[in-house]
Amino acid sequence: MNTVLQAQGLGKKYGRRWALSDCTLDVPAGRVVGLVGPNGAGKSTLLHLAVGMLTPTSGSITVLGEAAGTSQRAKVGFVAQDTPTYNRMSVADHLRLGARLNPGWDESIATKRIERLGLDLKQRAGRLSGGQRAQLALTLGISKRPELLVLDEPVAALDPLARREFLQDLMEAVAEQELSVVLSSHLVSDVERSCDFLIVLVDSRVQVSGEIETLLATHYRISGPRRDEKSLPSAQHVISASHTDRQSTLVIRTEQPILDPAWTVSRLSLEDLVLAYMGRTSAPEQNNHRPVLEVQR
Amino acid sequence: MIEFHLDERSGVSPYQQIVQQVRNALRLGMLRIGDRLPTVKEVVAQLAINPNTVLKAYRELEHEGLVSAKQGVGTFVTQTLADTSLAAHGPLRQDLQRWLTKARRAGLDDESIEALFLATFRTAAQEDIA
Amino acid sequence: MIWLTWRQFRLQAVVVLTAVLLIGFVLLLTGPGLLHSYQVNKSSFLDQLEFQQWNKRLYIVGLVALYAAPPVIGAFWGAPLIARELEAGTHRLVWTQSISRRKWLLTKLGLTGAAAVVATGLLSLAVSRWSDPVDDAVAAGQSGSFVPRLWPSVFAARGIVPIGYTAFAFALGVAIGLLVRRSLVGVAITLAVVIAVQIFTPMVLRPHLITPAKASAVVTTENMRGLQIQGSPTSPLVKGLEVELGRPGDWKLSDQTVNAAGKVQKSLPAWFGACAPPPPGAEDSKEPRQSLDACFQRLASEGYRQQISYVPANRFWDLQWRETGVFVALAFLLAGFSFWRIRRDLT
Repeated sequence: MNTVLQAQGLGKKYGRRWALSDCTLDVPAGRVVGLVGPNGAGKSTLLHLAVGMLTPTSGSITVLGEAAGTSQRAKVGFVAQDTPTYNRMSVADHLRLGARLNPGWDESIATKRIERLGLDLKQRAGRLSGGQRAQLALTLGISKRPELLVLDEPVAALDPLARREFLQDLMEAVAEQELSVVLSSHLVSDVERSCDFLIVLVDSRVQVSGEIETLLATHYRISGPRRDEKSLPSAQHVISASHTDRQSTLVIRTEQPILDPAWTVSRLSLEDLVLAYMGRTSAPEQNNHRPVLEVQR
Repeated sequence: MIEFHLDERSGVSPYQQIVQQVRNALRLGMLRIGDRLPTVKEVVAQLAINPNTVLKAYRELEHEGLVSAKQGVGTFVTQTLADTSLAAHGPLRQDLQRWLTKARRAGLDDESIEALFLATFRTAAQEDIA
Repeated sequence: MIWLTWRQFRLQAVVVLTAVLLIGFVLLLTGPGLLHSYQVNKSSFLDQLEFQQWNKRLYIVGLVALYAAPPVIGAFWGAPLIARELEAGTHRLVWTQSISRRKWLLTKLGLTGAAAVVATGLLSLAVSRWSDPVDDAVAAGQSGSFVPRLWPSVFAARGIVPIGYTAFAFALGVAIGLLVRRSLVGVAITLAVVIAVQIFTPMVLRPHLITPAKASAVVTTENMRGLQIQGSPTSPLVKGLEVELGRPGDWKLSDQTVNAAGKVQKSLPAWFGACAPPPPGAEDSKEPRQSLDACFQRLASEGYRQQISYVPANRFWDLQWRETGVFVALAFLLAGFSFWRIRRDLT
């Protein structure tokens, strides 16, 4: 299968701080990728690198087979954080902008979407609600008929209803066009339904990435009498562990069945899985200080 | 036509929920042979879920021989579950009731019964997978 | 991209172009009348002009408009051009369409810059043509409250120099806006810098753009135009003299007293203090004029003369081209900087 996004040792430094370091990724085409992590983890940096807004400090990033930010600009759509639009320009002006600046522009997609959303073409973008503005930005992103659509926290500022509507429209576009999507969020719940591929980014590093289904099938929470993590079979990788004086509870990743009868084995929800990886990063320093991941249902 | 809904707290993956809901609808007679399932686009637009999830659920249903996809037209119900399983419901329920009485006599309260049932159910399910 | 540039720019464009057209229209209407007055009145033209309040005002309006054009265009067309996008985050929208940043900037800079140059060019053409009779009359030596077009207060409001200033101010505004990323801050800084450049250019830059002509003259009561006195009224010290060469269109750069050996004097000999006219109000029995005559004769006989460097009136266009060239070159350098900066990370 084709690779839509590939990173090799990718890093980005602002001043003396690494916003993203040693990021190696391989995202197959045709996926809806959820990029989750707490605020400030480097999600925007990674996405900006992918659309060519930023250039890497180290390593390389390839998008649709070419170095990011080169001639594939027409094939990559981008919906930036807070979905910026030109306040003084009307909805119609924005569509015209899209038509003028994109050779692959599909006017029928654009007009159909605007019509269905019930947006007034003469309305100034500055007067639209947050949800409508996000929908306008999404329309611009979709109508250029990209192969890859990158969205940076598209629903973070939206109320639950607008959030749902936005994701519905996005998924519909994915179903209609052959479109790969990378979507960042600090909410696991946004990602849970709509994505089939997950990247967890914490403290500027990729903690885990892969098909959500595979991730869910290979991660377990096991609990039982207290024992040392080191005594586990080598095929079982401990993601997080907590111990009381009698009991051990571990989150492990393994491809093989867990045979030890001493363990009570249970499945993880996606959110628990993400939280397990988040807790892991800060474990060496302070166990009680976890990155904040908002949970919203 | 049926409408799907997702319960995010159930712990069951969205694709399995869709499969289960189709099966339930077949079992209860809400879907009959020849009925069309909602298109992938319709489901996606309604639930805001990944199209691959729906496709996967439909593929599984197709694999089980319950539905069949006609290119460009839709996915149609080809078999129903109503008759066979409904008939089996009665005896199974009786067995369960007997087992429940046994458990109560052994001194288990409601919570313990539920825990025991779920644990056994899950272990059995896992053994099936393994 | 041309459409988008125009769509974003049209409001500012309309405001400035309306002002230019309005001024141009008024000048076009009144110009022929002024020219007629010049042809009829000939050598008394400037005296007549003193009584034409409207034309006197229009003369000032022309000057003010051409001095205002570069800072206004630089601040209100240049500074927000990119700063506004960076401020609102819309650069993230427009740079991720299918167009390259370079082409985006090229179109915006090219079109808006061209509009700036055309607007200023038209304004300068109208003002320069309208003021022609006045400038000619001044150059011909008619006296009045008007100054030659080579003088600092008028030079940058004539000919092609305003175009150079505007191009520079516009490119400067764009670059500053790109650096500070705030429209309002960009506007303020651009205004301040452009006005400072307008003030300091005649003093610092312009004299070095051309080799001045030299002349020397013996001071007489006829050509003496002023003297600079220091010290107490009882023992005044004359610091310097100024003479008139009888070339009314020139721009005098320096006027120094040198002694017989050709050495520049910081002040005139002490005895000359007695020649200075008494301070106003103080009664004096002596006839100052006679004494001044004698003083100048003594000065001349002791070998003192005035050494003058000046830009002759006929070098006007040379100086115009050179100054315009300098500012257009600066404009290109600044634009180059903007292109370089925009290729780098901006989020």
